[in-house]
Amino acid sequence: MSKPVIATASLAGCFGCHMSVLDIDERILKLIELVDFNKSPINDIKTFTRPCDVGLIEGGCCNTENVEVLRSFRKNCKILVAVGECAVMGGLPAMRNGIPIKECLEEAYLHSVTVAPEDRLIPNDEDLPVILDRVYPLHEVVKIDHFLPGCPPSADIIWEALTALLEGRPLNISYDMLKYD
Amino acid sequence: MAEIRFTIDDKPCTAKAGQTIWEAARDNGVYIPVLCHYDGLKPVGACRICTVRVNGRLMAACTQPIGKDMIIENTAPDLEDMRRALIEMLFVEGNHMCPTCEKSGNCELQALAYRYGILAPRFPYLWPRREIEAAGPHLLLDHNRCIQCLRCVRAVKTKDDKLIFALLHRSGKVRIGLDPELGPRLTEETAQKAMDICPVGAILKKEVGFAVPIGKRKFDAAPIGSETAEKA
Repeated sequence: MSKPVIATASLAGCFGCHMSVLDIDERILKLIELVDFNKSPINDIKTFTRPCDVGLIEGGCCNTENVEVLRSFRKNCKILVAVGECAVMGGLPAMRNGIPIKECLEEAYLHSVTVAPEDRLIPNDEDLPVILDRVYPLHEVVKIDHFLPGCPPSADIIWEALTALLEGRPLNISYDMLKYD
Repeated sequence: MAEIRFTIDDKPCTAKAGQTIWEAARDNGVYIPVLCHYDGLKPVGACRICTVRVNGRLMAACTQPIGKDMIIENTAPDLEDMRRALIEMLFVEGNHMCPTCEKSGNCELQALAYRYGILAPRFPYLWPRREIEAAGPHLLLDHNRCIQCLRCVRAVKTKDDKLIFALLHRSGKVRIGLDPELGPRLTEETAQKAMDICPVGAILKKEVGFAVPIGKRKFDAAPIGSETAEKA
């Protein structure tokens, strides 16, 4: 029997949740025995080459590329897990929610004190993904099966979730594993 | 004074006349979650997290006086789910960014969410646009986090009993505000009291951020309400 397959992605996140995945320490050796990795920044596989069992997504959706990647994960993964505060509720990037997008872009690219006068230009290239009106948590874009809050979620909650999903048992999240910060 | 007998979730309990359901439950080692209520303040029944079922009817345990032979349900699955829904609603109607909040770990709203094991809210986020206000030399008001519990309004007063905090505006635009004259004259001690009485991170004292390390904060080790059960 072939091993279960895991895919991961970082959308509008800081990569901290991926760091927390690596933070499972020596358990990572056991993980490598248990599973194969497909599309993931950890192994640099860029596109899905086979259907996956579990997809771990860090970060929310802030632009059209995030939405595209998220939809491809939904299509290719049996179980989709929102990992971390940004995936669950938008997180720090969502601090721009409620502020009109025009104001955000002007602040970042025109009025910010660190922008040199000759560089004052709002990026508008057709190759760039279009920024969304606000940052969306994953479950407001596609169906999400499990949520792991935390900034980042602890290695223990990630390990518990992964082993539970691989063994097909319900997640057993203890009080000290559940943190929003 | 005659003892009042009642039951909570089939547990026989006794209470003193004049107690509220919440007080009576606490004295019998039964935890009823509260958010707007604070021991010693006049209850207002603003948040409804403490809703219990008394003889088949829903009532706010913080405001309802205990009565003879009351049959109270506190942990029925539908009640617990309703409380969960209320907590989730409070999360989505404000902007609660726990990772950036100084009150994280000491926040009662967050602690209740932990207690109920909430992983994500069932409601869509509203993302209201609210301001942060530098209110005088000692205080910072982050309106993103205010849940309108009225604790600051009730608890923080001058020596001659004048209100320092009040609710401004109406409905969805309601927010707390400081008295324009009394507010800027707040002592450091009163500012600390205001921050401590706030269940969330809406009232913060300036110049001392993140003083308590992770692991030693109020709700790091055990869920909110644990101490009520321990005392019994």
